[in-house]
Amino acid sequence: MNRDRPAWRLARVVLRRLLQAVPIVLGVLVVNFLILRLAPGDIADVLAGESGVATPGYVAELRTRFGLDRPVWVQLFAYVSNAALLDLGWSFRHARPVAELIAARLVPTLILMAASTTLAVGLGIVLGVLAARRVNRPIDAVISTLALLCYATPLFWIGLMMIVLFAVQLGWLPSGGFETLGTGATGLGRILDIARHALMPAVALALFYLALYTRLTRASMLETLTQDYVRTARAKGLPERLVVFKHALANAVLPTVTMTGVQINSLLGGAVLVETVFAWPGIGRLAYEAVFTRDHNLLLGILFLSSVLVILVNLLVDLLYAVLDPRIEAA
Amino acid sequence: MTAPLLAVEGLSVRFRSGGRMLPAVDGLDIAIAAGETVAVVGESGCGKSVTALAIMGLLPAPPDCAVAGRAALDGVDLLSLPPEGLRRLRGRAMAMVVQEPRTSLNPVFTVGDQIAEAVRVHTACSARAARARAVELLELVRIPDAARRLDDYPHRFSGGMRQRVMIAIAMACDPRLLIADEPTTALDVTIQAQILDLLGDLQARFGMALLLITHDLGVVARMARRVVVMYAGRKVEEAPLRPLFAAPRHPYTQGLMRASPHHAPAGGGRRLAEIPGVVPPLDALPLGCAFAPRCPVAFDRCRDERPAVLPAGDGRLAACFRAAGEAAPA
Ligand SMILES: Nc1ncnc2c1ncn2[C@@H]1O[C@H](COP(=O)(O)OP(=O)(O)OP(=O)(O)O)[C@@H](O)[C@H]1O
Ligand SMILES: [Mg+2]
Repeated sequence: MNRDRPAWRLARVVLRRLLQAVPIVLGVLVVNFLILRLAPGDIADVLAGESGVATPGYVAELRTRFGLDRPVWVQLFAYVSNAALLDLGWSFRHARPVAELIAARLVPTLILMAASTTLAVGLGIVLGVLAARRVNRPIDAVISTLALLCYATPLFWIGLMMIVLFAVQLGWLPSGGFETLGTGATGLGRILDIARHALMPAVALALFYLALYTRLTRASMLETLTQDYVRTARAKGLPERLVVFKHALANAVLPTVTMTGVQINSLLGGAVLVETVFAWPGIGRLAYEAVFTRDHNLLLGILFLSSVLVILVNLLVDLLYAVLDPRIEAA
Repeated sequence: MTAPLLAVEGLSVRFRSGGRMLPAVDGLDIAIAAGETVAVVGESGCGKSVTALAIMGLLPAPPDCAVAGRAALDGVDLLSLPPEGLRRLRGRAMAMVVQEPRTSLNPVFTVGDQIAEAVRVHTACSARAARARAVELLELVRIPDAARRLDDYPHRFSGGMRQRVMIAIAMACDPRLLIADEPTTALDVTIQAQILDLLGDLQARFGMALLLITHDLGVVARMARRVVVMYAGRKVEEAPLRPLFAAPRHPYTQGLMRASPHHAPAGGGRRLAEIPGVVPPLDALPLGCAFAPRCPVAFDRCRDERPAVLPAGDGRLAACFRAAGEAAPA
């Protein structure tokens, strides 16, 4: 009965937020486009350079073929109107549609992001609660020190050290790639194989945030454990397990949820590094290559996709927050 | 006299502070019979809440806090019970309502959930039965439209309504002892009277004992049969209500009475802060009577020697050399 009223309100909020996102995405497209067009060097320069026939005539001919000789605003208009129809253009470097290239790389990146986020959030919360429950005891000191170390160590160094230790020295895990080629494995076997490959990059990508969530959860648990409602829970005679994991944690987890939104937004940046170190065939590495080959269409497509992802993730986090904290009335 | 429901004997609570253990409560005796209302009054910081928390077993763990003495509920010493045994009594045999209803409910769970939880933790019953009991409890504390409000979150309730929810939680398992620590201090005057009425009615109906902690002599006059006056962690006077109001024996109680006109409407009395001077801090308690530095009738002995709590006639007790009738030097 009065159940669907909040649901409707929620639906309206989602719709409004999505509509608000349209001009943002449009703005991102235009700015990215202009920056890349105004930067010195384009794909014609690179291709001509590689072919060795860098005569001005050949370069001009390439430009005409790719439509780069038209006025910038004409190119911009064509690009934006195509993008609105989800046509992200053509990668002259790969000689394939940009959308197709991205689609092929999207799944590995999403796997990596999901795995590292789950690991960072899940383990971070558990360690944070553990440290807060044993504040200033040895186990708290160990957890806090490890967190500080993970927090301060550069990602690529961790990645390289993991490869040296687990792949080269111990030989437990593959040093890179998405799956073992040529095994023809399907089903569970393939999933396990991919998981083995994903383990190191996911951990490397997660460590920084794992440390952050551990510290965040520890601090907010220490605060919530002193709240009056925690004393009320104890006064009811609830077992300590419920006092900590239900009453305190349900409140302490809220800052972590906010932080998770920030993490996912910046994950793509970390993915560039990790995917390169671990030869993981994802969007991050694709973007990295696109920068060096001046594959502007591909780069624009990736930037477009990531801005859409960021907006969706933010919306999701806001909704999750509203569910977890009833004081936030979906306005 | 039959054994009291709650017998606090020689209760001492000390908190660790900078390597020292400072006494917040020192040698306190309080007895409450089943169904009786006893008020504990005293200025801020005199150890009222600490006493309540000690009985409930909710003080910080050692080494930050050391508790000594006895607090027997129905003959069972709460202070020597293992944590699990004490947990089983909390919320069932004894319950507590505190001052701040705005922060005492968990903001992220519905009130129905928080009441039903108090029922389920002590009784083997289905979620459905606990929910039905929660509606019953909300009706008991006179929240209108109880069934519909069950799924509301605390922020949808006013301060007075939240205090009713807190009382509903406390009443979940028909406790024999209810400790109310300044249950109306944070509320508007009109709401205060309603909450006090409610507590009085519940007590009459279910026959629980009420340990009522307050600043407000108006509240004391309205609710209590017997009054314990505390100062700096110790009991300074104890007496039945009428004799106490008619003729307070301890100079501190006399100061309290002067500071708060006892004809004030219930719940409308002023806070007791008008005695000259301040309560001594825990790390600088005087050697003798803690009240001596503020006492208008103190003499040398008061500053050197701590007066014991002694009978002062008519079933009264007082911790004062003058009240005990001992001759003071002229
Ligand atoms: N957890 C604690 N750690 C250290 N000292 C404490 C702690 N709790 C209370 N105290 C101290 O114990 C003394 C008594 O405090 P208590 O809260 O019992 O006072 P009160 O009589 O309830 O005062 P109020 O009327 O302000 O509620 C105070 O000096 C206080 O600072
Ligand atoms: Mg208090």
